[in-house]
Amino acid sequence: MSDVLYEDELAAACHWSLRMKRGTVLRVIDKEGGANVGMLFYNPENLLERYNAPDTLKCQHTFKITKGHCLYSDMGRIFCSVINDTVGWHETACGNTTKKIVKQKWGERTYQEYRNEWQQNGYSSFLVELAKYGLAKQDMAANLNLFSKVEVNDTGDLQYCPGNSNAGDYIDLRFEMDTLVLLHTCPHPLNPEPEYPRRAVNYQILKADPVADDDYCKNLCAENQRGFKNNEIYHLGVDL
Amino acid sequence: MIKESALVPEDAVFRKTVSAGDYFIDTINAGQTIRILDLEGNQAADTLFYRAEDPSERYSAMDTIREQGNVYLTTGTKLMTNESNVLLEIVADTCGRHDTLGGACATESNTVRYALEKKCMHACRDSWMLAVAENEEYGLNKGDITHNINFFMNVPITIDGELTFEDGISAPGKYVELKAMMDTIVLISNCPQLNNPCNGYNPTPVEVLVWDE
Repeated sequence: MSDVLYEDELAAACHWSLRMKRGTVLRVIDKEGGANVGMLFYNPENLLERYNAPDTLKCQHTFKITKGHCLYSDMGRIFCSVINDTVGWHETACGNTTKKIVKQKWGERTYQEYRNEWQQNGYSSFLVELAKYGLAKQDMAANLNLFSKVEVNDTGDLQYCPGNSNAGDYIDLRFEMDTLVLLHTCPHPLNPEPEYPRRAVNYQILKADPVADDDYCKNLCAENQRGFKNNEIYHLGVDL
Repeated sequence: MIKESALVPEDAVFRKTVSAGDYFIDTINAGQTIRILDLEGNQAADTLFYRAEDPSERYSAMDTIREQGNVYLTTGTKLMTNESNVLLEIVADTCGRHDTLGGACATESNTVRYALEKKCMHACRDSWMLAVAENEEYGLNKGDITHNINFFMNVPITIDGELTFEDGISAPGKYVELKAMMDTIVLISNCPQLNNPCNGYNPTPVEVLVWDE
């Protein structure tokens, strides 16, 4: 991987979006431990192609996301692959905090009173970022919650696991096609902390090494080999 | 939780058999109860629900899972919308468990799951695309084809975070019944999948029945 091309902080309870080019890496770093990053992907050339959590999970027979996994669109292509992960478990089933959840769990802090220390929620955060690209609530797919772990027991009960991510933990997403990335740093909706969790992250953009034949993500399972083939077909005639 | 219904088919105001590989789209009213009946067993009924008055509000798997704190759907599950309102509630279920994590088959995801050569085999999302194209009055399009329920599918999650596809726990005559809390558009793809052992590689019909309150 190259040196860091760009680096910035995304403060707690904030939202942003950026376009990642094929062949670049987005590294997201948990600054203090206990972060949560809501994330969604869209194809900037066709916004109807978007991150599909069910396809991602069933193609790789997994409920958690970690190193080796590919994050699929609904069109059988790979937006990005997880080439490094010091956390071990990121979840993609529980969605976002909403205005109502934040108010119930942690109380309301309005902008009028608290200015930018107000208690934003993940759902509204995504609505703002979606609207920037002409998208709306019906375009909000099931999102990733990076750094957050939720276990499922034998009877299907969800169990939020505190302490999953520590200060300095990071995940590297290598983009396998040009991708619009929406993200927020609002807390996980099942986080039981008594105070509204405020955790910033750093993010870096780096240039990826070319995908080798023995690439770990590509060879994690036969499904990913076929996913990479779909991306190859999509990019026929385009030089990396 | 297994719970049988007191409703009898003779009293239904609507009955329709949906063949394997076909779609079903219709509106049910608030207060009505809809039953999806697995006629021959181990079939998957891939289903989406929308609020009829404004389909941008629709069934949300994430909200449903999170609010009930459990990944499986059965009797008592409130099907939540993307705005965290209750759209329907499961009021009877003789199967015991339904999936909402595995999504629907698509020609594109079939290339990944099975083989690139499988890309033109019939799939649920194709049925939905045809449904929204042939029924413009609902105002739905590809962007509305979202994260669905797989009635009768058994997709257990392990404590280690694996997602497994087990043989169906449904059987001929098993059913799930839902009461609508709002006027609701029901969009079903009766799954045509021929590559998955879950249905014994043999997709079969389901029946849809509706009762008034």
